[in-house]
Amino acid sequence: MSPAADPPVFGLILAGGSSSRMHRDKAALRYGGKNQLDRAFDLASGHVSPVFVSVRGSQTADPTRAQRPMIVDSFPGEGPVVGIRSALAAHPDVAWLVVACDLPFLSDTALSQLLRERDAAALATAFRSAHDGLPEPLCAIWEPRAAAALMSYQDGGGQCPRKFLMRHAARLLEPSDRRALDNVNTPEEYAHASSTFDTSGAPMQLSIHYYALMREQAGRSEETLETSAATPSALYDELSARYGFTLAREQLKVAVNSEFSDWSRRLAGGDAVVFIPPVAGG
Amino acid sequence: MQFRLSQTPIDTAQARSELLDLGAGGYVAFEGWVRDHNEGREVSRLEYEAFQELAVKEGGRILAEALRRFPVRHALCIHRVGTLSLSDMAVWVGVSSTHRGEAFDACRYIIDEVKHRVPIWKKEHYRSGDSGWVNCERCAAAPGHAHEPVAFANPE
Repeated sequence: MSPAADPPVFGLILAGGSSSRMHRDKAALRYGGKNQLDRAFDLASGHVSPVFVSVRGSQTADPTRAQRPMIVDSFPGEGPVVGIRSALAAHPDVAWLVVACDLPFLSDTALSQLLRERDAAALATAFRSAHDGLPEPLCAIWEPRAAAALMSYQDGGGQCPRKFLMRHAARLLEPSDRRALDNVNTPEEYAHASSTFDTSGAPMQLSIHYYALMREQAGRSEETLETSAATPSALYDELSARYGFTLAREQLKVAVNSEFSDWSRRLAGGDAVVFIPPVAGG
Repeated sequence: MQFRLSQTPIDTAQARSELLDLGAGGYVAFEGWVRDHNEGREVSRLEYEAFQELAVKEGGRILAEALRRFPVRHALCIHRVGTLSLSDMAVWVGVSSTHRGEAFDACRYIIDEVKHRVPIWKKEHYRSGDSGWVNCERCAAAPGHAHEPVAFANPE
């Protein structure tokens, strides 16, 4: 199918969950000074438009949610299947980039991959979990044609979107950003995840290694640096200003701790960063 | 299966022997050599530099991909680092296989992916006395364009 014929994609942030294991509203949890609903909404808005928040009828006045365009559950029952069905019913000719509200590490890399490798002929395009190999239904693109199948699935008593994807024709992708789908369900997981973000803005020590053209332009092969740059992207801007690198960031890749990384990854103290100019082996 | 970096000339006899297998009906090897010209410039020597840890990881992933995609028995790639003279061997790829067809395909896949993905850089020294990092200097001159795909072919 040519891309021109594919249905357009809108964004849907699922914020109707009961957060029962967390004992607090997951949408309102803060990471690096911003609540997770806003973070997911802003991230999705960088890729698709418009973006809506999926809510239950009882949540429409909730201050965390009320400032955003909403899609209110329009089918009986609870859970993500109801939210997805409600969106598909509200705009029947549109596919939905569905994003749960408990993925603090979700990245531009992950969303770009989903959209790039989307298969509009499948009912959905989803990642295969790096942990158990099962489909991840709540960071996925749901196509308009999934609506009828979801209806009969729910009518038959089904509630689990993962099981639905396992039984139906879904396109499954290997995530290039494996951490992006790590979700946060318990207070312990939140404490761990938020500590990763709350260091941003505070100075930390990083080690930078330079190779090839970067080494010559920096005039050194490595250094330890005190910086408040929260991401490799910000760090490159900082070092470019200092050393006058001639390559634009878009021409480089970046590695953190000897593995390719996202430019928007949150850096932590002690990380080793390498900027990778265009390679030329062979 | 391994991707290796070598500071010293590649021992192709030793490398080939690592691919021997009683079930293999043949083997395909590719050698990349240092050529005396590139893009209209006369080249006098090359310097290769690698980000060792990630180069070995990414090279290993390429070999594993080749084994998954093509039904071959063994694959190995060795890449030089350091200063190389004209006609020196910069890279060696070897694949052994039950039948020849997939050995050619896998060998081609490996060298193509290595050139595009493994963090190894090449500085050309020209007869005229100046030098430049391949794929980097022209990018710098025209920051608007993406660096992939770039047609580059030295040595090959």
